[in-house]
Amino acid sequence: MTLMTIRQSIQKGLREALNNDPSVFLMGEDIGEYGGAYAITSGFLEEFGSDRIKDTPISEATFIGAGIGAATVGLKPIVELMSMSFSLVAFDQIVNMAANLRYMSGGQISVPLIIRAPTGAGMQLGATHSQSFETWLSEVPGLKVITFSSPSDALGLLRSAVKDSNPIIIAEPAGLYGVRGDVSDEYYEIPIGSASVVKEGNDVTLVSYGHGIPILLDTREELIKINIDAEIIDLRTLNPLDMVSIDKSIKKTGRVVLLDTSRKLGGIMPEIVSRIQENSVDFLDGPIVSVGSENTPWPYNKNLENYSLPNVDNVIESFREAYKI
Amino acid sequence: MDKSNLSKKELFNLLQKMILIREFEESCGENYAKGFIRGFLHLYIGEEAIAVGSISALREEDYVVTHYRDHGHALARDLDTNSVMAELFGKSTGVSKGKGGSMHLFDVKKHFMGGHAIVGAQLPLALGIALACKYKKENSVVLVFFGDGAVSQGTFHETLNLASLWELPVLFFLENNLYGMGSHVENTRAEGRDIHSSAESYGIHAEIVDGMNVLEVLDITKKSLDSIRNNSRPILIEAKTFRFSGHSMADPAKYRSQDELNYWLKRDPIESFEKYLVDENICTQDELKKIKDQVQDEISKAVEYAIKSPEPSLEDLKKDIYA
Ligand SMILES: Cc1ncc(C[n+]2csc(CCOP(=O)(O)OP(=O)(O)O)c2C)c(N)n1
Ligand SMILES: [Mg+2]
Repeated sequence: MTLMTIRQSIQKGLREALNNDPSVFLMGEDIGEYGGAYAITSGFLEEFGSDRIKDTPISEATFIGAGIGAATVGLKPIVELMSMSFSLVAFDQIVNMAANLRYMSGGQISVPLIIRAPTGAGMQLGATHSQSFETWLSEVPGLKVITFSSPSDALGLLRSAVKDSNPIIIAEPAGLYGVRGDVSDEYYEIPIGSASVVKEGNDVTLVSYGHGIPILLDTREELIKINIDAEIIDLRTLNPLDMVSIDKSIKKTGRVVLLDTSRKLGGIMPEIVSRIQENSVDFLDGPIVSVGSENTPWPYNKNLENYSLPNVDNVIESFREAYKI
Repeated sequence: MDKSNLSKKELFNLLQKMILIREFEESCGENYAKGFIRGFLHLYIGEEAIAVGSISALREEDYVVTHYRDHGHALARDLDTNSVMAELFGKSTGVSKGKGGSMHLFDVKKHFMGGHAIVGAQLPLALGIALACKYKKENSVVLVFFGDGAVSQGTFHETLNLASLWELPVLFFLENNLYGMGSHVENTRAEGRDIHSSAESYGIHAEIVDGMNVLEVLDITKKSLDSIRNNSRPILIEAKTFRFSGHSMADPAKYRSQDELNYWLKRDPIESFEKYLVDENICTQDELKKIKDQVQDEISKAVEYAIKSPEPSLEDLKKDIYA
């Protein structure tokens, strides 16, 4: 085991991919000389050279499109967006091209492209810079969307993404790059489409991903004080969803709370609500509780942003109210 | 610097505004370090002559649209110093009620149509405002600022094409400070350092100006505005400039050499203008000091105002979403 940050585990995964496979190259704004807006690729240019670490102009639509093109003929581009908010500039390429090409060509084309993007609110960046479009992208057939909350998961998922033949969005929780955890020195992968039970418990199932997981870990500690033993599930993949893990946990606990730090309206949680409704409503002792951010643009002001973002108290209050505890 | 036929008062105004912007930005840096200002903060230090020279040439009915490095443009357009500072402090008395922050300053009454933080996104907005001005037969011009980095967005090329095709009153003002974040323009633009050439391919007349010289910026802007009002054809001005600090507070600017920085520091737009005013006997050292004292006083008051202003109330979160 080695203790490292999420940032370091992503670096490890990217280095590994570059070293193991000559068709892998990295591309994005300021990833080379500058070392990346969040310093993920710091030092990579010196290590791998400018053919494999390509700085691009501020042309998201076109460099993502170019990544798609290169992927269709055998390269494995790993493209970085400076922020998930900027994916909007490239949405046409991501959705109409990357996601649809295989289907439209009757299976002739594959697009083994990875798009990495820091995501999430909470840093007072205001309306244009705080959005989490991984939830929109999760409803696009042809794309896979993954995310993580620990260094070990970040590395294991990245390894699977590199081996996958499909376009993959990696939504990297920007507030968690510094989170530390143990990473196995043995080679392992984490399959795309598998959620994880972060903590086991018998009384309630708490489900989230990314920035929501640290909130759930704190929530669990609070619930222990009132003798409630919560199970925490980290989705890790937003598409395809691992409903098996959620249903299994609900059968055990009979209660469920879903937490999303992005906007509650739309998003991934309503889909999970509907599937729980179909699959395991009979096992529930009360309503499916869903907690998320307010349906407003993201404000700059700290108090307003904090007020919008869900916290431990919001989760506990919603849970206690719904289950009369 | 060129001789100008401006009155002493006009020259003093230019200097006063540039110093106001400089001191404002330095105060922002300090208040960021203190934690009063958060999020992304992009300073305009070094580029003051552009905002002041160009915006001073505008009429009240003209419009300003700009990017996220917008404090200088806002102050040059006479947005209230207190309210701009309060915005950066996230207060309800801020120009955008504390909801926008540094990158999203707005004052519609002053025809200041925003700081915009998605690179290149402000260009179509400016085009549309110009379209409306022409449609309504107003004689306004839209002055839109953008950086060398924005030239690589499709919106730049699409906007230039339409502005030319539809003959719209837009003055495109390119602040070429040689870097978009850490990327040198020679590594991002096929045409190299001189970006104006891409304007010409859309049939748009382009001018190059020394962005460190406020009188030259003023002069070329006046001529361009006259031409746009008379001929209803857009014009692009490319100003050569440099930001003296990093891209944002998070950037130590390691990608630039000290020599390069020194080259530009020697061309400090404020110092060189002060020297010109003193050498030409337009201004005495005492008068300079008086301007600086006044500005410093204005900034201290703005900070005090921002600190004392109330936070937005929690209900404000859900206001201003729909009209
Ligand atoms: C679409 C989009 N991509 C990337 C960014 C991140 N970003 C903000 S400013 C900037 C550099 C812009 O440089 P330039 O246009 O030259 O303006 P300057 O900062 O030099 O004034 C980048 C890459 C963004 N805000 N929007
Ligand atoms: Mg620039």
